[in-house]
Amino acid sequence: MDALDGNAIAGPLFEHFGEEMTTTVGTCAHCGTRSQIAELVVYTRAPGTVVRCRHCANVVMALVPIRGELRADSSAFRMEQAPDEP
Amino acid sequence: MLGGPGRVMSPVSRGFRGRRSEQVEAGRVPPGQYITRDFPVLSAGPTPHTPLEAWSFTIGGSVDEQVSWTWEEFIALPAETVTVDIHCVTKWSKLGTTWKGVSMDTLLDAVQSDAEYLTAWSDGEYTTNLAREDVSGGKAWVAYEYDGEPLQPEHGGPARLLVPHLYFWKSAKWVRGLTLTPDDEPGFWETYGYHNHGDPWLEQRYQGD
Amino acid sequence: MARAAIPGRLTWQAGRVVDLVDETARCKSLVLELADWRGHRAGQHVDVRLTAEDGYQAERSYSIASAPEDTHVELTVARLDDGEVSPYLTDELRPGDELELRGPIGGYFVWESSQGGPLLMLAGGSGVVPFRAMLRHWAADGRDVPARLLYSSRTLEDVIYRQELERLADDGADVQLTLTNQWPDDWQEHRGRVDPKLLAEVAWPPHQRPLVYICGPTGFVEAMAETLVQMGHEPAQIKTERFGPTGT
Repeated sequence: MDALDGNAIAGPLFEHFGEEMTTTVGTCAHCGTRSQIAELVVYTRAPGTVVRCRHCANVVMALVPIRGELRADSSAFRMEQAPDEP
Repeated sequence: MLGGPGRVMSPVSRGFRGRRSEQVEAGRVPPGQYITRDFPVLSAGPTPHTPLEAWSFTIGGSVDEQVSWTWEEFIALPAETVTVDIHCVTKWSKLGTTWKGVSMDTLLDAVQSDAEYLTAWSDGEYTTNLAREDVSGGKAWVAYEYDGEPLQPEHGGPARLLVPHLYFWKSAKWVRGLTLTPDDEPGFWETYGYHNHGDPWLEQRYQGD
Repeated sequence: MARAAIPGRLTWQAGRVVDLVDETARCKSLVLELADWRGHRAGQHVDVRLTAEDGYQAERSYSIASAPEDTHVELTVARLDDGEVSPYLTDELRPGDELELRGPIGGYFVWESSQGGPLLMLAGGSGVVPFRAMLRHWAADGRDVPARLLYSSRTLEDVIYRQELERLADDGADVQLTLTNQWPDDWQEHRGRVDPKLLAEVAWPPHQRPLVYICGPTGFVEAMAETLVQMGHEPAQIKTERFGPTGT
């Protein structure tokens, strides 16, 4: 099953964080690679959604629906402020 | 239910049924589950492809002596063929699946340990925690054949854990070993909020259920 | 620097199906009227949610196939034979039905004429859908920007929006098709998969800094992106959107 990218979870991320997140830049806590959320590797077909660093493949985020509410653990993706819109 | 507490009801989509097929006799399927004839592939990461020459299965942790089998040694162990129903926490159940593998009783008999829990670990750094009693007494296997064929990588091959009386996330794909532990140590999904035990008949999906 | 928030909350709303358009044997466009729609940008998508009578729900994302300038929101759905949602949308849905969705969603894979160009779009199969939105927007508001679409499809019968793409070509967009599995004997356009040679012909040179958008199955997207980077294009100029299995 091919992985998707952060675009695939734009809706759930908006739901959780309250705003558009795909252009948010962050740093992988495992390897230091900096990327936009849209560029991360996303596995959606699982008991939750697992998001991995494109460079080192370690888990940087997990979105888990617990009793209908989406919980997000993004502790391994250190987010900066999003860049201004063009 | 159309909505939990505090949720606005979604409109019903006229004529939508989803992939589910007809229900079977009451009591055959745990609460909240739907039957599927497919075998959905769920994964938290890329499919590992460990060559059989490099594969081994190891039992370690709180044991007197660690034990390990190569692939050749593993498939020479006494094996069983079982037909079981499986239940995924994402709500699909698949009835009458046939597997061939080594009973966990056979494997655990090879070590000496008083530990009451264990963590199964897999290629790709997946883990899941289990109570020793949940994998003893003919309740669990390490399976390497599904439906009469070698287990495909997308379904966990070359070998996966099979613990059908618990939600299927506990049946760790690409399993490579067990670590016996004195305490119950939450694994991958358990750390994110899934239940430590995971009994589908009690709908133990999440921590606190 | 504050996070750039897109105005409007992301709530589920019911849209009404006003029309269904057969695009190909397997693809259908849904034309929707939404009471609470505040506009969108080309490239964004919506999440669609279906609910059965017993409460069972299934959710999928679909790129918006219409431009911000269009009257209605349009989605184009490719029917997957063993799909759970797509066969419902292509076979069961009727004008007058309600469809629950939320959107518009996405701030990364978007193109607005104010961004300029040149604009290079690489589509694999149904990955062409967001590019129709971009090209319609380009036609309405961005024709001073050079725009080029390279669209890879298995067969001619699978090409979505063929007539409209020809009209857009008449308007000055450079639309190029490549057929990978089967083509008519007299086929004059490209044949076979997009390879580095074709990509080098089609892409502007890196020093012209085209805005590149790639959409389609994961394998296609990654092959295109990797080739462009090897050709010298800056990764930051390349935006990718990977689709799940679509059968195209």
